[in-house]
Amino acid sequence: MIVAEKKPVEEIIEYVQDCRKILILGCNECVTVCEAGGKKEVGVLASTLRMYFLNQGKEVKIDEITLERQCDHEYLEEIRDVADQYDAIISLACGVGVQFMAEKYHSVPIYPGVNTCFLGATEERGLWTERCQACGNCMLGITGGICPVSRCAKRLLNGPCGGSSNGKCEISKDLDCAWQLIIDRLKALDRLDDYEKICPIKDWSTDRAGGPRKVVREDVQI
Amino acid sequence: MSVKTPSKLEKILSEGHLAVTSECGPPRGSDPDAVKKKAELIKDYVDAVNITDNQTSVTRMSSLSACIHLKLMGVEPVLQMVTRDRNRIAIQSDILGAASFDIFNMLCLSGDHQSFGDCPQGQNVHDLDSMQLLQTVHLMRDEGKFLGGADINRPPKMFVGAAANPFADPFEIRTPRLAKKIAAGAEFIQTQCIYNLDKFEEWMKQICDRGLHEKVYILAGVTPLKSAGMAKFMKNRVPGMDVPDDVVKRMADTPKEKQPEEGINICVETIERLKSVEGVKGFHIMAIEWEEKVPGIVERAGLYPRPKIEAEN
Repeated sequence: MIVAEKKPVEEIIEYVQDCRKILILGCNECVTVCEAGGKKEVGVLASTLRMYFLNQGKEVKIDEITLERQCDHEYLEEIRDVADQYDAIISLACGVGVQFMAEKYHSVPIYPGVNTCFLGATEERGLWTERCQACGNCMLGITGGICPVSRCAKRLLNGPCGGSSNGKCEISKDLDCAWQLIIDRLKALDRLDDYEKICPIKDWSTDRAGGPRKVVREDVQI
Repeated sequence: MSVKTPSKLEKILSEGHLAVTSECGPPRGSDPDAVKKKAELIKDYVDAVNITDNQTSVTRMSSLSACIHLKLMGVEPVLQMVTRDRNRIAIQSDILGAASFDIFNMLCLSGDHQSFGDCPQGQNVHDLDSMQLLQTVHLMRDEGKFLGGADINRPPKMFVGAAANPFADPFEIRTPRLAKKIAAGAEFIQTQCIYNLDKFEEWMKQICDRGLHEKVYILAGVTPLKSAGMAKFMKNRVPGMDVPDDVVKRMADTPKEKQPEEGINICVETIERLKSVEGVKGFHIMAIEWEEKVPGIVERAGLYPRPKIEAEN
């Protein structure tokens, strides 16, 4: 899923301090799971802003809506009739949702309420970690199912750097060395000999480097 | 191993001499004398001088330009290149630039993570990794081709090396990793600083058991300790460094004013012991901001005078 975290409320206030009518728009997908932009967080942000404006002696109407998804035209249409009433919409969706909103509703400013962080998973309640950088050319098949692109700080494709120590990365003792994990996994799979196969220079044109990407599937297009 | 380049370092190694290399860090400024003075101190005591490439991710004068300063004063440089700061276009371009000044040695590295340096908020590139950089230099040299497939007019003639850390984890791949670097094209290896001699000798034995010592020249890396504090810092704070307790204790038990001398004693003793280890073909003396001590170390370790071999141009 896409993992996000809440923006500091001060930054959000900067965006909307002169508004009189604000919609806070949550999303029921990834940002709900990572507890950054679901219905609960919409409520918390709305209360915080109401408190702030009250203390400022300002009368500001703040509404709360949480959509099933913000990365889908169909669900965004649900606010078609009300969107124009607001001076600003704070979207708590990921960067995809914020942009899709902005593309659909031209006349209302849309502000992000979260920072979109990475593609990751919930390791435990309150701990999300990165697993994928969407390089567009998955190599998990040769690395024992552990991704060096997203999990090695130098995205090294042919083994650990000299900074791997006791299973940890040189940049932080809290971070596993991806190559230690890969080696452990190859060993468990009885494939340690595969380590010596040189991974050729990667084609990064399917990554961010190749420019904004699209997937076109003519077979499923209507 | 047949000689493939005009490198003086390669020639010395191929003739069976124990090679001696050292390194100079370029300055945090544009004064060429800073690097020239360091080179002047050591040039008669070493066969080639590595120029570090923004080591520890701290911005400095570029390795290539410092190498050119050395080349112009008749010192044989080893161009260190990290994959952290350049994509494949810049890498090939800098290799050609170095070749245009007849720089004949190169050390391929991934580089420290930028979070250690003065630009922790910067991007890292790592378009290639160090293995792929080795392959790239070989493609350019041996096949005269760019990565894009076009021919190179006057291909570079680089003697290509890589680093190895005998003490890094994971343990299982310490030797396979070297084998992989050799397969990718490493012709010489400069190791991480060695303080744990037993562990290094164990690593060398594994290498010899696989016959890898006949495929690559291994230069054992040594760094003289200046103080007990430095020993502790390297032990505890430098990733991938193995400084045994008895080395730290020996430094700490020495009166402060005598510690620099003791650090040099340890360094000389290390070289003496490792000279007889099978597969060790030379030494890489990294006297960090202490270049003036290199001549004394080389002399005391019985590695002076250096073989007289003229560099080709």
